Amino acid sequence: MGNDTLLALVVVTALAFDFTNGFHDTGNAMATSIATGALGPRTAVALSGALNLVGAFLSLSVAATIASGLVATNLVTLTVVFAGLAGGIIWNLLTWFLGIPSSSSHALIGGVVGSTIAAAGGHAVKWHGLFQKVIIPAGLSPVIAGLVAATGTWLVYRISRGVHPKARSHGFRIGQIGSASMVSLAHGTNDAQKTMGIITLALIANGSLHSGAKAPFWVILSCAIAIALGTYMGGWRVIRTLGKGLVEIESPQGMAAESSSAAIILLSSHFGYSLSTTHVATGSILGTGVGKKGAEVRWNVAGRMAVAWLFTLPAAGLVGAGAYGLAHVIGGNFGIVVVLVLLLAVAGLIYVRSRRTAVSHNNVNAEWTGTVAPPTEAPKEVAAV
Amino acid sequence: MNDWINLHALWQIVVIGLLAGAGLPALFAVGLRALSLPGGGGAAAAATAGAEDDDDRVIGGSTLGLAVAVLCFAVVLAAVGWGIYLIVAAT
Repeated sequence: MGNDTLLALVVVTALAFDFTNGFHDTGNAMATSIATGALGPRTAVALSGALNLVGAFLSLSVAATIASGLVATNLVTLTVVFAGLAGGIIWNLLTWFLGIPSSSSHALIGGVVGSTIAAAGGHAVKWHGLFQKVIIPAGLSPVIAGLVAATGTWLVYRISRGVHPKARSHGFRIGQIGSASMVSLAHGTNDAQKTMGIITLALIANGSLHSGAKAPFWVILSCAIAIALGTYMGGWRVIRTLGKGLVEIESPQGMAAESSSAAIILLSSHFGYSLSTTHVATGSILGTGVGKKGAEVRWNVAGRMAVAWLFTLPAAGLVGAGAYGLAHVIGGNFGIVVVLVLLLAVAGLIYVRSRRTAVSHNNVNAEWTGTVAPPTEAPKEVAAV
Repeated sequence: MNDWINLHALWQIVVIGLLAGAGLPALFAVGLRALSLPGGGGAAAAATAGAEDDDDRVIGGSTLGLAVAVLCFAVVLAAVGWGIYLIVAAT
């Protein structure tokens, strides 16, 4: 396999990751609007997809930061990037299947860090950067978002006390369209950048671009389209967990949650933290549950998510490392082909299993009965690949 | 500690986050409340509103309320527009 073929494979895999990133994260922006009926499910995903597309072009800050700040770029090869992407995609699909809103960013970073360690050892990872830019913000951001959302919720309910409940609900549903749009836009400015960074890294590793180059236009365009299409697909499983599973949400809470998410995501990227939009959105939704008197917060669902968050970096890292190890042991082009076939097989398997307990725009708002979809058997064997 | 957490950025994220993330929806709520104030009819308007429990009309009919509401919504929109401008300008 020539270097160009391998490069093309890496680019396509990166776009595939971008696509999973889109549908995994639709819920961050739209779950609460769908749950309160502010937007119809299909309108919501179409709007969110379009705004993700716009958002990807809006902010063209250095896209390579995500990779160059975390691993030593001179030690990264195309195979490393490919294996890392495989790790990210598999973890994203698995958590989507289980309806867990885990961080796509962490899946990507975990996968790339894992495959880098497998390829060049622990010294190739900039641990300080990893803690400073990824792990510590990951711990703080949901708490801050929750605090802001709880404050907003409390204020909003207190101020609008005198308004007739039906009129209030109607008014905030209109407001929610605006706040949810801001979250979608923020998501486009953040998450599409991460894949642009990875593709740019691959182009640099291949020698197609000089080190420190900006993302070429075709990279920006293709990433923007991939994440918009993914968003439009709608990750109904994750939307359902976020919109119905955590807290029963009313429209004032929805608007407070979305405003908090949009503000925190945009502010943090302004200061250069590439934090997880998922963690922020979840923190906000929990915050609205805390901020409204008498609201029921399902802490067991939240706890399950927190566990998934803790596992995302190491688990995606393990898959990334395993994918690199496999490609390396088998060696050469055949090794990469084997990893590719395995990746496609796992993705296909998860897709087929998901069809059995499908969640779609038709049943996304069904009463929460404790599971994402009617009884599912834990697909643990998939995780072992 | 500062080597791991940028406290300068942190407090700004918290404070501006509260202003924009909680303050703007609160301002929206103020606008909504002003908008729903009943018009000159006073007691009569209130009585009709009470009688129709299914009434989800947002606009109450008070002119002053309408003016305050428009001001509140305009400030919210301006803040959002300013935020987007800052992001685009930063690149």
